[in-house]
Amino acid sequence: MIIAVASGKGGTGKTTVSANLARSMGSGVQVIDCDVEEPNAHLFLRGRKMESEIVSIPVPEVDSSLCDACGECGRFCRFHAIVSFGSSPLVFPDLCHACGGCTLVCPRGAISEKGKRIGVVETSECDGVTLVQGRLDIGVAMAPPLIRAVKSKVQSDGHVILDAPPGTSCPVIATLRGADFVVLVTEPTPFGLHDLSLAVDMVRELSIPFGVVVNRMGVGDDRVHRFCREEGIAILMEIPDDRRIAEAYSRGELAVDALPEYCSHFATLLWNIREFRKSGGE
Amino acid sequence: MTESKITELVVISGKGGTGKTSLTASFAVLAEKSIIADCDVDAADLHLILSPRVRERSEFRSGNEAVIRSSECTGCGKCLELCRFDAVLAGGPGEPYAIDPVSCEGCGVCVRFCPVQAIDFPESLCGEWMISETRCGSMVHARLGVAAENSGKLVSTVRREARRIAEEEECALVIVDGPPGIGCPVIASLTGSTLALVVTEPTVSGEHDLERVLKLTRHFEIPAAVCVNKWDLNQAMTERIEALAERLGARVAGRVRYDEAVTAAQLLEKAVVEIDAPSAGDIRDIWKSLGLQEIVKEK
Repeated sequence: MIIAVASGKGGTGKTTVSANLARSMGSGVQVIDCDVEEPNAHLFLRGRKMESEIVSIPVPEVDSSLCDACGECGRFCRFHAIVSFGSSPLVFPDLCHACGGCTLVCPRGAISEKGKRIGVVETSECDGVTLVQGRLDIGVAMAPPLIRAVKSKVQSDGHVILDAPPGTSCPVIATLRGADFVVLVTEPTPFGLHDLSLAVDMVRELSIPFGVVVNRMGVGDDRVHRFCREEGIAILMEIPDDRRIAEAYSRGELAVDALPEYCSHFATLLWNIREFRKSGGE
Repeated sequence: MTESKITELVVISGKGGTGKTSLTASFAVLAEKSIIADCDVDAADLHLILSPRVRERSEFRSGNEAVIRSSECTGCGKCLELCRFDAVLAGGPGEPYAIDPVSCEGCGVCVRFCPVQAIDFPESLCGEWMISETRCGSMVHARLGVAAENSGKLVSTVRREARRIAEEEECALVIVDGPPGIGCPVIASLTGSTLALVVTEPTVSGEHDLERVLKLTRHFEIPAAVCVNKWDLNQAMTERIEALAERLGARVAGRVRYDEAVTAAQLLEKAVVEIDAPSAGDIRDIWKSLGLQEIVKEK
């Protein structure tokens, strides 16, 4: 089962839920940190690094001895990543989406592709949990190709937790594709509610079953609960607003390790997800 | 007034949920006269505090999206073979193919190479952006469509409009509420701005993400200041983070204490400095230390 943990709003506790859930599932679990811009799961699942792999995307390289400056590549590219002004074209690798179109349209076969590094994929082991994370290089704009590379490590026959980046745009979509279930983490505040409603629209658009975890219960008001009730959305778990969790988090400690009473909370979350899936969302 | 005279403060964080929007709303109130731009276009929240009255609404169209005309598709599979984004959904043998709009990158390869020209390429509607009035001045904000692309371009649109209105209204300061992360929408929020204020928190994640975001501001040569929100959650970590910020060439702009009144203000649709909150004084001190009020006054 592939469970994705996402949220519209940042800082609601995605990594807290992912890492604690993984720890309470025992061994043989994969955590895939898809927040390649700011990967944090490794700060809580500290293990031995097993391997590190450089990820590149193919960007065009023009052989000027073959190019006759026809300009077809520049007219084709939707992303202005290759531009021709009546001479051999200029390539802007930062804008390239690696679609391969220019190499295909060049009538003289003058364009080939070379790798442009965008980041790394790192794998580590921590007490039976395998953590795979992507780390986008500083200054690289496009996260989705790296997220796809991180997700290529998913072993879908086992238990997999995808820790998503915040928001609702391309990097989140790239993360959620192929997930069996989405856990949306929110907090009972106006910002939490607003961003939850955007995330719900997104997950419904993708037609993936989902439920909600409400973190920091006790702050704010009951509007998130009312929203979930009206929309028929299951609340899978509530995590109280406990300063001890925040302090443990600040030191890089998991709630289930620092505060053993939370083990049963996360065991219940897993049980609720399984029951939800068995019942077909009732 | 030329564009270069406009000062643009961008509030970012690396890690999400550290308090960017709460601080931005307070700065907008303290500045009295500024143009506000919400560039966190896929989870915009600033409007929940500043209650904008929309004056002007525009569609955001960007890029194109491939659509197969199923009646003309011969099911040859050329599009599937060429697409690098797994966006082509194969039918059965000889059956028409379809494009998954969520995965389509809009590159146009399938459109160009379909042997029977059965693929259309309409412009895609990716969201909308608004110009509004608030109690703190004009505001530009946006809403990215569900599962839509091009958030970076929408960010650029919001910033461009904010600068245009600043010129029109002869306002010297633009305050930008930025997105989390270090990727495309953050880069679009940062490039060419005057000052980046990074809001972080005293946690291992806050520290880790601050380092990456400060490397990004340095990469684009944007001066950066740092403030630690909820600093009293972990004082040792706060000190470590401030030392890290200075090592990476950023100025420490101040600390904000852990304060439940921040959520209380949100429930009242008010900025923290508009209510009697213990942390309001901390935020005022940070605002002063940024030295932007003089710019507003000079104007």
